[in-house]
Amino acid sequence: MDPHPDLTASVIRGLGWFYLLMAAMNAFWTIRVFKTGTYYESVAGFKHIPKAAPWAIFTALLFMVGAVQVRFDSDPADFVLKLPVVFKDLVDVVIANPISYFALSMVIFVAMIWLRRWWTKPTVAWILLNFAMLFLCVSMTDYDFRQIVGKPDNVPIVGMLFLVGFFTWLYFSKSVENDRRIAAGEPKIEDEQSEQVLVWPDLVYTEMICMLLLTALLIAWGIALQAPLEEPASAVKTPNPSKAPWYFLGLQEMLVYYDPWMAGVVLPSVILVGLMAIPYIDFNPKGNGYYTFDERKFSIITFLFGFLPLWVGMIVLGTFIRGPNWNMFGPYEYWDVHKLEVLNNIDLSQMFWVDWLGKPLPKPDPNASFWMQAGTIILREWLGFALILGYLFLLPPLLAVTVFRKFFIKMGFLRFMVLANLILLMGALPLKMALRWAFTLKYIVSIPEWFFNI
Amino acid sequence: MTVGEYIRESQIWRSIFRHPAPYDRRNRAVVILTNFFLHLHPVSVKQGGIALSYTWCMGGVTFFLFLVETLTGVLLMFYYRPTLEWAFTDIRALRDVTTLGIMREIHRWGAHAMVITVWLHMYRVFLTGSYKPPREFNWVVGVLLLVLTLLLSFTGYLLPWDQLAIWAITVGSNMARATPVLGHEGPGFQLLNLGGYDLITNASDARFLLLGSRFVGEETLNRFYILHCVAIPLVVATLIAIHFWRVRKDGGISQPL
Repeated sequence: MDPHPDLTASVIRGLGWFYLLMAAMNAFWTIRVFKTGTYYESVAGFKHIPKAAPWAIFTALLFMVGAVQVRFDSDPADFVLKLPVVFKDLVDVVIANPISYFALSMVIFVAMIWLRRWWTKPTVAWILLNFAMLFLCVSMTDYDFRQIVGKPDNVPIVGMLFLVGFFTWLYFSKSVENDRRIAAGEPKIEDEQSEQVLVWPDLVYTEMICMLLLTALLIAWGIALQAPLEEPASAVKTPNPSKAPWYFLGLQEMLVYYDPWMAGVVLPSVILVGLMAIPYIDFNPKGNGYYTFDERKFSIITFLFGFLPLWVGMIVLGTFIRGPNWNMFGPYEYWDVHKLEVLNNIDLSQMFWVDWLGKPLPKPDPNASFWMQAGTIILREWLGFALILGYLFLLPPLLAVTVFRKFFIKMGFLRFMVLANLILLMGALPLKMALRWAFTLKYIVSIPEWFFNI
Repeated sequence: MTVGEYIRESQIWRSIFRHPAPYDRRNRAVVILTNFFLHLHPVSVKQGGIALSYTWCMGGVTFFLFLVETLTGVLLMFYYRPTLEWAFTDIRALRDVTTLGIMREIHRWGAHAMVITVWLHMYRVFLTGSYKPPREFNWVVGVLLLVLTLLLSFTGYLLPWDQLAIWAITVGSNMARATPVLGHEGPGFQLLNLGGYDLITNASDARFLLLGSRFVGEETLNRFYILHCVAIPLVVATLIAIHFWRVRKDGGISQPL
């Protein structure tokens, strides 16, 4: 028998309950649409079709699929509702490659902002939610997908993805509505409920209900899913891959592109300082206490970029995609320890001296004084130093007199410099990624003698 | 007079709660002002300011999860011994044989949930611009609380003392080795030396400070246990108090004063 069966009867039955849940959700949605009393004028010759009709059909389908699967007791090999291999292979190819992974996440990010008026419409959003749930459902029929997503500590991440998606939708739908109202000179959503209410009972009871529901949720979660406990700790058995706790996997992912002193110490500190600096560098008084996009485009886009593709996106990458030897694996791919990825990244100094000038790398003389050695090393790495110093010290004033001129005038020197440096340091990660992919660049400045690699 | 009225009129009840039952408008205000737990709140708020679709309730959920973690954590401390000999066995016993061993499940899932809700809370605060004047400093306090939440989760991750635990902490703490100047594999560690002898070695650097050892071992378990159960929670509780107090003093969760 196959030791890694894609499907077992219990998986099929479990998914059946999931389809039933989706059927219930869509039944609710069908009723909601039906109550609006809207109709399609004419569909394929039939007149006056309720808009709820397609939803009713979809609900019925889900219900049938769920009901059949819940009572499933024949051979799992005969089961049909699973992903075609072509689809799996395609997804694996796109996801298991850093370039296409990040390109895809950028496309989604741009589309999210560009098409915000479209995808925040309730019907579109509901269809997207259905797609996401169906994707999860059908993917669970794959053995490798189930292995990684079903790991107890990874389950909260799946939940987090749905929550982040939901709240991002909530934000955009409210701000799209508010922006429309502001443009039309109408009062904002938040202004409509401006009368004072007593905290007892209006707020205190809400808090009470929240606490009760959460307690119930935690107990149910604790019963349904056991907390992970692996083998007893052993200092000699190193697992492959060795991963930090899931919330640090975005940081661990940075190790691919930067050395530990940057990825593990400097950049995390910059993230924290940058977060704390936000209120002091955002000089825009608008958008305080209501949802809006148009009135604070720059700050919202910057924050969303940091939070969605860089933080959440890289946690997903580190958790679900990074496998043995820190190689990338598609969601339906077996974690093969022997998967080989050729790494022939080279340093900038190597490119400059060897490839372009055709000379050997300058070597510091081990018998010379410290300053002589340092001089040789700086000569060897001069181009990288020049680029980095230029990036951090020349670019901000250049930005101040060009694209960010308005910002500079409003913010003053100090504030602007802090903002420019934070933005540049945030951009340093995608920039290094792009350089790695385009030129197989390893380090811009490479001084292993001093553990100083950038 | 019903039994309920009799109880609420009694000297004992009134000595505890200091106010009549909140049945009329006046007493609904008084209950907030005179009750220790409720006095975190203002007496009245704008209706829109407490709408769930506006607040997402994630800060409140995070605080509630902190309380859940404290309660379940204290119960777990009665059972768990942070030593190489017992740590793993105690956790396994919690899973297999102990009555109310589910406390560990609730503690762990609550911890993951808390990390997520604290991010979502920050997400909402940013998207409603609630960090803008006069609330700049409270955002800073919030960022500190976010870091401490992650550190609480990180230090707790080690305590089960299984493979998942020590290797996650090993990977996570290896970064400290590369701290500039203070890590023994960080740039500039040679700067701190006395007469040619390096002061920063693998037995004196930032990582050693964190682990209490050159590798994740018994000292680390003890260190992380104390950080997890005593040191960080004390700091977090203090900062939470400041965070809430500032919300009140700054005039609610958002909008200009």
